[in-house]
Amino acid sequence: MKNKNNLDPEKAEKLLFQMLLMRKFEEKSAELYTKEKIRGFLHLYIGEEAVATGIIQALKPEDYILATYREHAHALARGVDAGVIMAEMYGKQEGCSRGRGGSMHLFDKEKNFFGGNAIVSGHLPLATGMALASKKLKRDNITVCFFGEGAAAEGEFHEALNLASLWKVPVLFVCENNLYAMGTALRYTHAVQEIEKKGPAYGIESKAVDGMDLLKLMEAANKAVEQVRSSGEPYLLVCNTYRFRAHSMFDAELYRDKTEVEKWKKRDPIPKFRKYLLKENLISEAKVQELEKRLNTEIQKAVDLAEAGTWEAKEELTRFVYSENPVS
Amino acid sequence: MSELKKITYREALKAGIREALLNDDRVFLMGEDVGRYGGAFAVSKSLLEEFGEDRIMDVPLSESGFVGAGIGASLAGMKPIVEVMTVNFGLLPMDQIVNNAATLLHMSGGQLNVPVVIRMSCGIGKQLAAQHSHSWEPLFAHIPGLVVVSVGTHEDARGMLHTALEHPDPVIIFEYTSMLNLEAEIQIDAGHTDISRAKVRREGKDISIITYGIGVYKALEAAKRLSEQGIDAEVIDLRVLRPLDEDCFIKSVSKTHRALLVEEAWASVNISSEVSARIMENAFYELDAPVKRLGGSEVPIPYPLHLENASVPQVEDIENAVIKILRP
Repeated sequence: MKNKNNLDPEKAEKLLFQMLLMRKFEEKSAELYTKEKIRGFLHLYIGEEAVATGIIQALKPEDYILATYREHAHALARGVDAGVIMAEMYGKQEGCSRGRGGSMHLFDKEKNFFGGNAIVSGHLPLATGMALASKKLKRDNITVCFFGEGAAAEGEFHEALNLASLWKVPVLFVCENNLYAMGTALRYTHAVQEIEKKGPAYGIESKAVDGMDLLKLMEAANKAVEQVRSSGEPYLLVCNTYRFRAHSMFDAELYRDKTEVEKWKKRDPIPKFRKYLLKENLISEAKVQELEKRLNTEIQKAVDLAEAGTWEAKEELTRFVYSENPVS
Repeated sequence: MSELKKITYREALKAGIREALLNDDRVFLMGEDVGRYGGAFAVSKSLLEEFGEDRIMDVPLSESGFVGAGIGASLAGMKPIVEVMTVNFGLLPMDQIVNNAATLLHMSGGQLNVPVVIRMSCGIGKQLAAQHSHSWEPLFAHIPGLVVVSVGTHEDARGMLHTALEHPDPVIIFEYTSMLNLEAEIQIDAGHTDISRAKVRREGKDISIITYGIGVYKALEAAKRLSEQGIDAEVIDLRVLRPLDEDCFIKSVSKTHRALLVEEAWASVNISSEVSARIMENAFYELDAPVKRLGGSEVPIPYPLHLENASVPQVEDIENAVIKILRP
């Protein structure tokens, strides 16, 4: 039985579990970072989980996904194993990028997950090109490209949107507008702060959606994905959201007020969705508790896998600078 | 002996592109003015009429965007030939080339191949001044993950693209503006170029002139004049600037015991610097004289013809440098 939001208990449970897993996985990551198990940059998505969840649930496995360096949640939503992601963050060769990428560079070609891209806006032209290939090869998959509002100030955002529209290729641009490009607020970086106004300049249909509400996101994502798939043309969906944690683990958050963070935390998408499911009888309290338990097992399993993982031999350092079979 | 055919460098390049398009449906050419204009240097003239606009794509002036899109299309199964009108505009897509094309395979732990081919015209044209005349092969040859090749002869102008497209890794091809109208005879069945090997263009026993690109014909002309003076120079066309075919020039220097390194690129930190270092490391005790370099003058290349000529090594300079090494 599906309710008016097209949710049945099975899907409801899956989505709630997914968001809880994202949250818990990252809380655990932060803890492991302080223990120096995870090093380098670690960018947490906490607070923004509804966006990756809402968009990726609308996709087919053959659709291509490109994300930013804040992409643990996207990889989880795409079905990359939590242990494999954790191993990657440990730098172990059991990780999805052989341990070479770390937190910012999760790749899983088999799952059509193309990163993990840490040059802001650098992956937007790639997304347009991948969609161009789908069009040329007459495949019916689409490409989805996540980026922050900071990326929309880069030239490559504008070039990629123009090319995608000019070529009429099936790409969904998803702007995760969390209001801060690192520590600089939207109002200091964009003359026009409604990112959705930038799509129509290139002839791209654009829409803004509440990025803290999974139901609204699912509705917007389903529509956007369906439109990209049927029209073969690009679409820009701006998800207005907020990260509850610092930009990275090095960030003292001098640029924003604690009360602002507290205010946004009241809109936390996870309790909101849970409450809705309980109210609609799509899930029971007992089931929620069971999920919490399963969650702990899952996280522990992931950490165990990472801990048991092995280091790539130093002798392999230069492997894959070039392909191992130079002429295909 | 197969039949010889007289052909310009431009016609040879075009023949290479045409063959590639006929050979594989996944191949397409994109670049500024490659279609309706016929190519900024008329290299792709009439290909649009022959192959249609899906395969000969005019693109807007957005180098980062369309080079990135080429990289993306190659990730998703196409074989793009991306033309950047000249290397002088090649710094705009440098982020795409370095941070994406050259990096993705290694960073993804060997998962993502980027079989894109990027062609750029290079070197002095005819009094085109400081923003259209440079030779920046060394900038690109610095980057691990790229295959960087240089088209120094008509034979390679026709035969290099095929092999470059077969390569599973990104290949940057440098072509030379000033050679476009140059005619030469090539064997009709010369075949494809091995882009992993340098080539001995003239055998000799007294000195190795090691060069690439525009330097090849200049060195051959100098060698011809030197032979009239009883000096037998060997001319090596490096052809692939990364990864360098060290064996070829070490073998040559071990035979001739002297080396002159010639190129148009700025003299400091150029290809010759690297070749020289490798000779010191691998053939120091073979040398009968210090290695000498002839590079481009370290200035933005100016407009007046006499100053433009003075900016890069000429045939007489090569001739004189050889004589100075051999008859000090």
